[in-house]
Amino acid sequence: MRYAYYPGCSLECSSAAYDMSIRAVCDLLGIQLEEIDDWNCCGATEYHSLHKLTACAVIARNLALVDSRLNQVVAPCAACYLNLKKVDRQMAENPRLAEKINEALAAGGLHYDGGRVRVRHLVDVLHTDLGEKAIRDKVVRPLKGLKVAPYYGCQVVRPYNDFDNTEYPMKLDELVSWLGAEPVPYPLKAACCGGHMTQISEAQAFELIRRLLQSAVDSYADLILCMCPMCQLNLDAYQSQVNSYFGLSFRMPILFFTQIVGLAFGLEPNALGIGKEIVSAQPVLQRRLAAVTQ
Amino acid sequence: MIQFSTDRRPSFLKEVIEHTPRGERLVHCIQCGSCGGSCPNGADMQYSPRALFALIQADQRDTVLSANTMWCCVSCYYCTTRCPQQIPITEIMYTLKRLAIREGSARNTDAPALAQTFTRYLDAYGRSFEFGLASRFYLFNKPLAMLKMGPLGLSLFTRGRMSLRPTRIKNIQQLQAIIQKAKQLGDEP
Ligand code: SF4
Ligand code: SF4
Repeated sequence: MRYAYYPGCSLECSSAAYDMSIRAVCDLLGIQLEEIDDWNCCGATEYHSLHKLTACAVIARNLALVDSRLNQVVAPCAACYLNLKKVDRQMAENPRLAEKINEALAAGGLHYDGGRVRVRHLVDVLHTDLGEKAIRDKVVRPLKGLKVAPYYGCQVVRPYNDFDNTEYPMKLDELVSWLGAEPVPYPLKAACCGGHMTQISEAQAFELIRRLLQSAVDSYADLILCMCPMCQLNLDAYQSQVNSYFGLSFRMPILFFTQIVGLAFGLEPNALGIGKEIVSAQPVLQRRLAAVTQ
Repeated sequence: MIQFSTDRRPSFLKEVIEHTPRGERLVHCIQCGSCGGSCPNGADMQYSPRALFALIQADQRDTVLSANTMWCCVSCYYCTTRCPQQIPITEIMYTLKRLAIREGSARNTDAPALAQTFTRYLDAYGRSFEFGLASRFYLFNKPLAMLKMGPLGLSLFTRGRMSLRPTRIKNIQQLQAIIQKAKQLGDEP
């Protein structure tokens, strides 16, 4: 199984744990990820607020750079996933826009035809392309007793999602259960983490983060699993500020789903970037899975 | 006072439609309110998306472009997937952000400054640069908040989650040529 890979800027540094665990897990599963050579930033939500055509052209450069022998690209970040998918769709649907984007791309000697590359999230790849048996076969350390809140966030499940329910997605829940862990019902699983609001408006962002943490506590979760670096950063790095803002004392570890997959597959916590999270996951992992941590 | 256009300028409704892929759906709004009801930041909006769309239909350009509604939008797409009329609401929010920034009518929000700082790094390096973005953005827009960000930056840094130097892509000239051309071609999608 070969896919182009678009890691996105966050995975280079602030979410290196996600990148490490993705590569380790894919290696074990025989999934070949071929990083797009010289990819550029997708512009997150920012370019769309300034200049529509530039936003699209910057994103389309990455699609145009996908090796012509590959027709699928894995994008682990929700914002990257949405951006790539949106531009691919809009180019397929809107010939006038596609023509303009291609005029811009031509200035760099590139071209892209909408619909050529299918944009995928790794949860979708693991759940759909590999499936239950392939995942279960690799589990050597069933995560028995570990209660996780599967958090999907916004931009993978909406609006271009082609693999799960947009209101109450379940694919990550199922994947987690194949590892032996227990996915708890998490009513806010598809709610927003606040995105860039942590930079712009604390009051708004912190309230969204508070609700997500509280909902996980109410469901007796040991930790929250993310499938996006922005979600992880907001819930993890801002947790102590949220605590002081509201006078609360959350201590909810936030991991990437691939870190848990890797643990179940018997990989070492270090190799999965466990320990890079700010609210440490070690105590709860130690408690629940005595054998897992060193 | 309500003002009606009497000249031959296209209506604001037409302008919004022309700047938004699938924007023509906007005329089908039935004012049901599902959008505002679904919005995580609906309570902070001066006008809900529903109310804003009524104002657009009524050609209240200035009121709409100086509203805080689009600046409360975090692009979660709940409204978009729930709208019974398939109106691309989140995309319309982006259109309103662009028009408001262009005309300088964005008020009481640091969102345009964040977007500008972010994209400046992207234009120069081809990658985003979190440390540069945060420090520049806070320094120029909310210097006092920098004090609070210090401990956060440090805890990220000690875990190897913050790089102090930006990465530049190899073929930055190619990206810059594409950006320059796109800007020349104008902004209607
Ligand atoms: S949900 Fe759609 S139809 Fe209903 S008020 Fe909002 S935009 Fe109009
Ligand atoms: S996309 Fe924006 S306007 Fe729509 S529900 Fe989400 S935050 Fe509200």
